[in-house]
Amino acid sequence: MSSVPLLLDIKNLHVHFIVYGGRLRVLDGINFYMHDGEKVGLVGETGCGKTTTMKTILRVLPMPPAHIPQGEIFFKGRDILKMNNTSLQQVRGRGIAMIFQDPTAALNPVFNIGEQMGAVIKHSAIRGKRSSHQEVHQQAISSLQEVALADPERLLRSYPIQLSGGMRQRVCIGMALSTRPELLIADEPGTSLDVTIQDQVLRLIRTLVEEKNTSIILITHTLGIVRELTDRVYVMYAGNMVEVAPTKKLFANPRHPYTQGLLSTVPRLTGGGIASGIPGRIPDYLNPPAGCRFHPRCTYVMDICRAQKPALFRPDQDHEVACFLYQDQPKDATTP
Amino acid sequence: MTEQVNLRRDYSSKLTIQQIKQMERESRRQNLGRSWYKFSRNPLSVVGIAMVLILVLLAIFAPYVTPYPKHAQAFTDFANAKLPPSWQHLFGTDQIGRDILTRSIFGLRSSLLMGVVVLVLVVPIGVLLGLLAGYFQGTWIDTIIMRITDIFLSVPPLILALAIASVLEPNLWNGMMAVSLMWWPWYTRLVYGLGVALRNEYFVTSAEVTGASTAHILFREILPNTISPILTKMSLDVAWVIIIGSMLSFVGLGVQPPEPSLGTMIADGARYLPDQWWIAVFPALVIVIVVLGFNLLGDGVRDMFAAEEI
Repeated sequence: MSSVPLLLDIKNLHVHFIVYGGRLRVLDGINFYMHDGEKVGLVGETGCGKTTTMKTILRVLPMPPAHIPQGEIFFKGRDILKMNNTSLQQVRGRGIAMIFQDPTAALNPVFNIGEQMGAVIKHSAIRGKRSSHQEVHQQAISSLQEVALADPERLLRSYPIQLSGGMRQRVCIGMALSTRPELLIADEPGTSLDVTIQDQVLRLIRTLVEEKNTSIILITHTLGIVRELTDRVYVMYAGNMVEVAPTKKLFANPRHPYTQGLLSTVPRLTGGGIASGIPGRIPDYLNPPAGCRFHPRCTYVMDICRAQKPALFRPDQDHEVACFLYQDQPKDATTP
Repeated sequence: MTEQVNLRRDYSSKLTIQQIKQMERESRRQNLGRSWYKFSRNPLSVVGIAMVLILVLLAIFAPYVTPYPKHAQAFTDFANAKLPPSWQHLFGTDQIGRDILTRSIFGLRSSLLMGVVVLVLVVPIGVLLGLLAGYFQGTWIDTIIMRITDIFLSVPPLILALAIASVLEPNLWNGMMAVSLMWWPWYTRLVYGLGVALRNEYFVTSAEVTGASTAHILFREILPNTISPILTKMSLDVAWVIIIGSMLSFVGLGVQPPEPSLGTMIADGARYLPDQWWIAVFPALVIVIVVLGFNLLGDGVRDMFAAEEI
């Protein structure tokens, strides 16, 4: 590892939710890292903990039900989980920004776009330097311009309810990027929009991220988008990272049975109709299966899978997979 | 892709600061216009606001508009006692010869003052506590605030007010304190419920991840979304506070004679029912009109904040 700290480095993160009935072990020892300027994809089915991971990074999980028994999240070498409120507020926004799935809910209904963008711009301005009314206005306009919205002057005086879903999503992206973050977390951007708008939104994110050289974590169900937009992909299953690889390698040669299943669910124009998918569903987090959490659904299940949690094995340079099928391969030195 | 490139042209605002401010003023005026449109669509709301305005003006200018301002204080005129309504005394006179119309309008003063002062004391405290408890739901802040609220809510409110008012020296100000003490938990409860729902909204999370301070989230993200139920409740509560205040003075724990108060007047007049009915009935009627006016106004406020049906 080089002396320059990684942009983001999550080590052995556990997140539990304490609810009636017991303890939901939602994140079970997540390891995740990314370099500055990298574009990383995070895929996995609904309920596997993608959003929980991202919310933990920004510490916006409601903490009474949620509970972090162990783990560290280093952002540029500083542990986010140990930060005080002031440092945390500085990391949020200028360090890490987030775009949410539902653009309608992410805008405050009682303020117009100008007022909301103004608040973000004023907040993200360099401390001590006060921007004039006109500067804020101009900056808001250029942010709206960047996300390809026409007639920004009128838009600034509009309320969220007066905009279409696609426009709102663009406003959210513009707002998130107006703080000039080093890392952008896009949590299923545009999933609630129709496919053509979703496509536009994703292309827009790609253009902006490339222009500004922002690092991005893209969370999505749509594997085609991951293939097109990212350098490296993490595959998540039931609170575990099961496979990590450069995007091309992962799509060409998926190793983990879950990844193989996930990729086979993509409907193809050629070939025999709708794929079979993976039978079964995400396990109960209250009593997760012992050993590998995927074993009840796995076609290659072995005795060891039921007893022991697989470490990350490295079947290939920069390709890591948590599956005993690859236990003969050299073990990753960084994991226990 | 090409379409996007075309849209993303350089555009810099050519507006001056005056023009920007002018546009902002204009949109504020539009908002006011829309609010009045929605408020006034129900004619009864307009009647309500007119009633309230007239009552408030009467109360403010009581010494100038009443026929016998002297009768508001200690005054006796046994020769003219218990006169039925006439042109000289529209509401008649009471058992010691004072003009009931005059005393009702002066009584209105303390009633309205009570309504306003109680809400001015209660709303900021109740709302602030509710916001804090709602935003920090599940933490010790929530527990402390809401359990104290529960304690106050578990005591029958009128009994609590009576107890407080009787321990303290009975007068208008202590009556107000007593009513305020039993009233704030309702606002805390209301805002707590709204706050718990709002804090999980994505726009709040969105503000959090942008690095907004707790104060910004409480007062700029959550509070503005709770304004409409708060204002609606306030406009209806004025009437309730006036009723409770009148109850206190009815049992002798509010405004003390000879200072006029609607509750005391009803209590005094009740002894002369049914023969000299006007002594009790007219002050009671004034209370009815005040309460009706504020209720109609409250309905209008509720309509004003309701989403527009298209």
